[in-house]
Amino acid sequence: MNKLLIVLAALGAILLVVASSSLFIVEQTQQAIVLFFGKPQETIKNPGLYVKVPFAEEVVYYEKRVLDLDPPKERMILADQKRLDVDSYARYRIVDPLLFYQTTRRVSEVSGKLTPIINSSLRRVLGNETLLDILSGKRATIMVDIQKAVNDAVKRFGMEIVEVRVRRADYPDETRSNIENRMKSEREREAKEFRARGFEMAEGIRADAGKQKIVILAEANKKAETLRGEGDSQAIKIYADAFNQDPEFFAFYRSMQAYRKSIASEDTTLVISPKSDFFRFFGDIRGRQEKEKK
Amino acid sequence: MSWDNQGGGGPWGGSGGNGNGNGSGSPWGRRPGGPGGGGQPPDIDEVIRRGQAKLRSLLPRGFGGWKAILLVLLVLMGIWAANGFYRVQPNEEGVPMVLGRFLGTTTNPGLHWNWPGPIGKVYTPDVTAENRIEIGLRTSGESSRRGASVRDMPEESQMITGDENIVDIDFVVFWKISDAPNYLFNIRNPDETVKMAAESVMRAIIGQTPIQEALTSRREDIESRTLSSLQNLMSEYKAGIQVRQVQLLAVLPPKNVIDAFDEVSRARQDMDRLKNEAEAFRNDIVPRARGEAQQLLQGAEAYRQEVVNRAQGDANRFNSVYAAYRQAKDVTTTRIYLETLEEIFSNVNKVIIDSKLGDAGGAGVIPYLPLPEIQKRRKKDDGNDSSSRGGN
Repeated sequence: MNKLLIVLAALGAILLVVASSSLFIVEQTQQAIVLFFGKPQETIKNPGLYVKVPFAEEVVYYEKRVLDLDPPKERMILADQKRLDVDSYARYRIVDPLLFYQTTRRVSEVSGKLTPIINSSLRRVLGNETLLDILSGKRATIMVDIQKAVNDAVKRFGMEIVEVRVRRADYPDETRSNIENRMKSEREREAKEFRARGFEMAEGIRADAGKQKIVILAEANKKAETLRGEGDSQAIKIYADAFNQDPEFFAFYRSMQAYRKSIASEDTTLVISPKSDFFRFFGDIRGRQEKEKK
Repeated sequence: MSWDNQGGGGPWGGSGGNGNGNGSGSPWGRRPGGPGGGGQPPDIDEVIRRGQAKLRSLLPRGFGGWKAILLVLLVLMGIWAANGFYRVQPNEEGVPMVLGRFLGTTTNPGLHWNWPGPIGKVYTPDVTAENRIEIGLRTSGESSRRGASVRDMPEESQMITGDENIVDIDFVVFWKISDAPNYLFNIRNPDETVKMAAESVMRAIIGQTPIQEALTSRREDIESRTLSSLQNLMSEYKAGIQVRQVQLLAVLPPKNVIDAFDEVSRARQDMDRLKNEAEAFRNDIVPRARGEAQQLLQGAEAYRQEVVNRAQGDANRFNSVYAAYRQAKDVTTTRIYLETLEEIFSNVNKVIIDSKLGDAGGAGVIPYLPLPEIQKRRKKDDGNDSSSRGGN
């Protein structure tokens, strides 16, 4: 009984040890290569439970997810001789774990391998583009070009570049002050223009106001004079109609009125001859007039 | 590995009794469920031994040995299996894995079971929390956002605009997990990836926007375009991330240039001011002119009516007089004549000289009229000191 138990326990323990060193799990996020005393045996890309030869075979796990890489920023010279500090980032994936194991071995080594490749590709592609191209919608196609160029270069490391993006593209500090001065001068120009335009508008409005005033007054004058003329002409017609009945009497009557009005004040000194009509009876009881007239 | 000194514990108990609970990679090493864990192996040994003793005492004699071991095994299996229950909180989503493989269905909040221990594994990412990524600034003290101190990160926020100017944009991206398996299995560093993508997208969009528009009118447009581009990118990455909101915080020109921009807005104000002043002037002068015009017109109209009425009045008077005159022409003429002269002469200074005296020759009267004397006299009478009048 006791013996049997011991044997059973021993068997169980051996089973345990064998199982623990022969079974392994590849997680959803992992891929693995199996090495038989260092000799590549198998590449496992699907997750699950796998069996290996205990102790002889060794498993190396690699990330299956998309990894990211942020190379330090690099100074580039563009086709239009502008300098730009470009900070890119790349997303890559290990597609061939064995190749990766042979060439790179560790993910921490990737940065050192990829960074020069990415930057030289960036330099080559961006060197043919102007700043405006990079800023414009062409950016996307430039990125695809870079990605292709980089991809060709990293295939031998068992990696695949999913994407290269320009994270930041900035003016280098050395040219910043120039850019800022240019911005300043542009704003100053704009400010001057605004002020001048304000002045222009104001003057235009004032001139228009002056013109309107003159025109309004001139038109009013025209109408006024027309009205006055109408009045005068009506008056003349009325006078003429009335007075034409007897021009002689009108002349007499109107003269009398005029005399009365014009010589009415005491200031006037009249030197009159007694021979005048008024004094007809002055020295002649019968009146001179008839005698002289006839 | 020695098992000589293990009592009746059997291999399963023994692994705990070894004192190295982590079992050196053995899949069974992490024995689940035991209260107190593998931290105190002698106790467990003790417990098992006692348990076995108890079992033995409970079971009828002769039943021990095989069956007891089996029972212990079953109990241990039960405890292990019970450890497979897991809880998913209301803000989480459960992603159960079996042998490293995701089975394709996620679990909702509640109690669920999955294979425990080395066989199964459950991830429970928080799928309702809105994560916040700050770009261009860092607020320290996340809990109190209002009072937090804000640090500017110019290298993140300064970007080139479409007209090759520099603009400083601080913005915040809110995102949450929309698809937990994608979030877990496709990208190793999703948080950082969102940030890099957001920066890249924002720069691409600002790179096509002139600075003036970025500063003023196009803010919402930039926000919505960044949001949709970023979301497209996330979908393309299969990142399992939903971008909820992109919020521009501060959009400013670089510090050294701010004055110049302010100057522009001042100039714009000046322009408006000048224009308004001129308009005020116009609004003042034109209605006045219209008033003056009215005055002129009314004056003219008044004149017309006055003249016509006077003419009519005069004509009517004349007509009346004339009608009367026709009845007795001579007498009326004479009367009017005399009355008029009478009135005139009664008011006027008169000098009557008979011209015949001069004509008679010899000692005639020479008519000498001392005009200055007359004027002087008149001046005295008036008490008027205007000398110019006397000269004329």
